[in-house]
Amino acid sequence: MKSEKLTKVILFLSSLTILLVASGMIYSLAGGSVLAFKTFGIKFIYTSVWNPTEGSENYGALAFIAGTIITSVFALLVCLPLALSTALFIGEYYRDKPVSRIVGTMVDLLAGIPSIVYGLWGFYVLRPLIVDLGLSPQGYGIFTSGIVLAIMIIPYATSISTEIIKMVPNDLKEAAYSLGATRLEVITNVLIPNARSGIFASFILAFGRALGETMAVTMLIGNANVVPESLFATGNTMASVIANQFGEADGLKLSSLIAIGLLLFIITALINAAGKFIIKRFS
Amino acid sequence: MDKPIVDIKDPVLRIENLHVSYDGIKNSVTDVSASVKKHAITAIMGPSGCGKSTLLRAINRMHDLYPQIKTTGKIFLNGDDISSISNIVLRRKIGMVFQRPNPFPTMSIYDNVIAGYKLNGFSLKKHERDEIVEKSLTDVSLWNEVKDALNKKGTFLSGGQQQRLCIARALAFQPDVILLDEPTSALDPIATAKIEDLLLELKDKYSIVLVTHNMAQAARISNFSMFMYLGELVEYGRTKDMFTKPVDKRTEEYLTGKFG
Repeated sequence: MKSEKLTKVILFLSSLTILLVASGMIYSLAGGSVLAFKTFGIKFIYTSVWNPTEGSENYGALAFIAGTIITSVFALLVCLPLALSTALFIGEYYRDKPVSRIVGTMVDLLAGIPSIVYGLWGFYVLRPLIVDLGLSPQGYGIFTSGIVLAIMIIPYATSISTEIIKMVPNDLKEAAYSLGATRLEVITNVLIPNARSGIFASFILAFGRALGETMAVTMLIGNANVVPESLFATGNTMASVIANQFGEADGLKLSSLIAIGLLLFIITALINAAGKFIIKRFS
Repeated sequence: MDKPIVDIKDPVLRIENLHVSYDGIKNSVTDVSASVKKHAITAIMGPSGCGKSTLLRAINRMHDLYPQIKTTGKIFLNGDDISSISNIVLRRKIGMVFQRPNPFPTMSIYDNVIAGYKLNGFSLKKHERDEIVEKSLTDVSLWNEVKDALNKKGTFLSGGQQQRLCIARALAFQPDVILLDEPTSALDPIATAKIEDLLLELKDKYSIVLVTHNMAQAARISNFSMFMYLGELVEYGRTKDMFTKPVDKRTEEYLTGKFG
């Protein structure tokens, strides 16, 4: 009985530690951003000035919120057709065939590549290509980082969608086949409608990952503290501005960066919660 | 092979030397030959694993979906070799009802009934669709129960109603043959009785092949019965005859409950 009790205590303490760490992080994020919100009020969220000149310091998060949303939505749009087709390839068309195992493994492999390696690839391969194509003078910007982001989130969207597609009951598919449907008709009329909410959730979770992705984006987005004017313009995301500027920040600037971190945390948490909620309702 | 074959004139289906194998080594259906009478209920019975569902699924070429399944032999639908018809056209002429009620959960009752038309890309006028839906649901005695709820999801219905909806879905194309794979095994006795009554009504217009593990059901509603054992068609004859004086010893043992 003694070991029984001991186990309970160990489990309890571990869970408590997690709780303390999480609430401690929220506390310090909130505490650190008090100065910024006190100085700029709610305006901090919808202004896009970023002026660190001493004496006339003025900060707003809008440029970074916009940069984050635009790069992530762009990445999602690029990722969607690729991930959905790959999921159908692995989960339906070539299900249980060796080729789908190979493709599935490659997709998982993509998920394992570190962010910095994606950044390097984007910097030395994709960026020169974009310059050569004449799309932008330096190759930095929303487009470049969005493409790399898309590749980074494909594995998440693909592997969850694949599982959801595999879960559609075989007898529903057979019912459609027994009515004379072709494979494509079964996919568009039975498979996708039945897997719809799960597929949607997988893209929400992928979107959540894109929002917080830092390293590769920081290397490629061009670090301009303005609301991007076009797809090929430079910009900054919430994560990349923090990565770029935290080293030389103190006082009000540091507090503003922490406030941006807090906002990013809240947005990502909401998106993830939405995705999980939909998956739960689906299964 | 010395097996009693009933003489059926102008059959709706003729099966000749059918073999089906799931692994290419062992046959699950071995050398089955039989003709199926038009506008009658033909029951296929036998213990689990005897190949009765496998035989049924060969008739609308469901086995084509699984490339590892090997089928040899011939099946004729109204005299036409089914391997010469595209399986899409074939499956419109041969409807199928499954063991568990499987209405499409994302579709309304209405859309479930005309699912066959939608899936095949037929564009019908609204009054044509309405007609098909009403007629098919009336045919399965479901119209009065659901006519005010046609836009509700099919999965809201009770199990027995869902199964009747699935039969209506199979009837919407006015097929020649309806294949039913143990359609009442997931239903309670009252819902089962309703389906059985329904099949008795439907046989005037359709030819019905019914796989059942329930001997009493075969005795109650079928005109002809096949008894399968270990992939072989052991005995085939009029249901009355088979239940009163079975020819083969294995049939007799099965019917008297010695195995199965």
